[in-house]
Amino acid sequence: MSRKVAIVVVAVVLAWLVGVPLAIGDRPYHIGVLTTASALSVISAGVWLMFYIGRIHIGQGAFALLGQYAAAIAITKLGLSFWVALPLAGLVAALFACAIGFPILRLKGVYFAMVTLSLTEAARLSAQSLVTVTNGPKGILNVPLPGAVEVFGLTLVPDFAKVNPHVALFCLATLLAVATYAALYRIVNSRLGWLFRSLQQNEDLASSIGVNVARLRVIVFAIGSFLGGVGGAFFLAVQQSVYPSSFQVQDSIYLMLYCFLGGLGYVFGPLVGTFVLFIAFEFLHGLNEYQPLIYALLMIGLMLWLPNGLLSLGQPGGSAPGGGAGAGPGAGAGAGWRRWLHLPENRP
Amino acid sequence: MSLLEVEGLTKRFGGLTAVDEVTFSVEERRIFSIIGPNGAGKSTLFKLVTAFLRPTAGRVRLAGEEITGQSPHAVARRGVVRTFQETTIFREMTALENVVVAHHLQGDATLAGFFFGSRRARASEAAFRESAREIVDYLGLGEVAEETARNLPHGHLRALGIAIAMAAKPRVLLLDEPFAGMNPEETNRAMDMVRGIRDRGVTVLLVEHDMRAVMRISDRVLVVNFGRKIAEGAPAEVQRDERVIEAYLGRPEDELEVDWEEEAREDTGGPGSDEEARA
Repeated sequence: MSRKVAIVVVAVVLAWLVGVPLAIGDRPYHIGVLTTASALSVISAGVWLMFYIGRIHIGQGAFALLGQYAAAIAITKLGLSFWVALPLAGLVAALFACAIGFPILRLKGVYFAMVTLSLTEAARLSAQSLVTVTNGPKGILNVPLPGAVEVFGLTLVPDFAKVNPHVALFCLATLLAVATYAALYRIVNSRLGWLFRSLQQNEDLASSIGVNVARLRVIVFAIGSFLGGVGGAFFLAVQQSVYPSSFQVQDSIYLMLYCFLGGLGYVFGPLVGTFVLFIAFEFLHGLNEYQPLIYALLMIGLMLWLPNGLLSLGQPGGSAPGGGAGAGPGAGAGAGWRRWLHLPENRP
Repeated sequence: MSLLEVEGLTKRFGGLTAVDEVTFSVEERRIFSIIGPNGAGKSTLFKLVTAFLRPTAGRVRLAGEEITGQSPHAVARRGVVRTFQETTIFREMTALENVVVAHHLQGDATLAGFFFGSRRARASEAAFRESAREIVDYLGLGEVAEETARNLPHGHLRALGIAIAMAAKPRVLLLDEPFAGMNPEETNRAMDMVRGIRDRGVTVLLVEHDMRAVMRISDRVLVVNFGRKIAEGAPAEVQRDERVIEAYLGRPEDELEVDWEEEAREDTGGPGSDEEARA
């Protein structure tokens, strides 16, 4: 990234951090929508990373739920600060991903998707039945807001309870999202990105050139789950409580849909997808009960007509139906969702 | 000492024995071919040597060290690198990028080093590009280096597959049917390429259907049928072997036998010429 672009990005982020609270800081609902969208974009970034190595991940809700519980337990039972609990929640999610990753990542295509689909439900049921740790269906309530961070008497972060908590949470969510996407951008544009793409495109070939495919897959799964865990822990700060139903199968599917909408081939795809879909839906209050139906239709429509997501609209041929593979030479960057299902390709 | 030693290699799939007690060894800087009729177990043997399949019994040694039962990437790390039968490439990358990625083993930077852009990582990155350029040019892909791989014609894809393998700096390069589907002219070019690779110090082991090409290019030939080794030797010896002729043509009928032998001799410019030239 050139210095000029970096300066512009920093300026935009600062303007957003200052401008949004100034404009709507006194409207908790509106600023809350942006806060939630930012935090969800952190979680969906983890889903996107899994797609990037060629895996359909419909279980990110499980890791978000795990993170939210881990943070809640760390704060209420171990008496840790939220600021310790936040990364800790990510680490717990990442460790869990490592534990289950080795066996389940051997699966590909719909098989991996099916296993991950059941993860969220498994997480919910575990939260419900492990009463001694999770308090069962009653959930963990009254978790305090994030406290102050002081170093040598210098207040780095104010106590959220003493300032406008909505603005404080908004700023935290924004910073988390910025850090997440900066890291993601760096990954994709370094050699790691090449390695991940090599996994996506052909795992056998990757292992034939000496890439430890099994290890790399687990590392990526752990990073993605870390993001899920951190995002989940953030929602603990927002909701100050956690229930087994805090993240459900539906949420896992929506997280995937955000990635589809933005574009699986673009780093900022999940960010764009999350903001567009989440904010658009907030404008359509009255349709709440039809949300699953609308999302389902949207998903089908995307697969048919915009397989490479919103971000492909600006690129010539990028939105070719059925993926670039079917559209012949010059069909743009991505090959659409076909690639992830390991369907036979129509050779030109 | 032989570079690659295969001893009693056996693979059973349920009741079917695909490879049955095959033993052979490959000298350094030689072209060693495995041939046999369809379904003879060549491809299975190939996968066993490169660790893409685990053998039921037997062992594979590289320079005296056992590599049996390791995972494919670990075997590649030791220097046993394969190509694939079909056009297995990274489809969405350019030809050059395919080869750059394939330099994975040459770097000494860690994954975190690449993330943070350490000096070592940047140095390897630059070295990979340079070396990839050289390999791509050497294998005649210079003009199409910037093309997306999925748009390349068939012949170039085969060369790209070899370029990817070469980038992993193999000691033993295993080629899976490198001449399949090529016309005589393309085959000639590909054969020059394979010889060139051997002359760079790489030991080549290839599985192939094209008998003429095999007889012309190989230093040594192993013939398998029904999973068993039926003959091994210099091309000229092998093509005179009764069992080999029988495996390929059924019961020997005089006419056929003569045809086949003459054809092969024409191509090699006299039997064993390659072997003599090397001796």
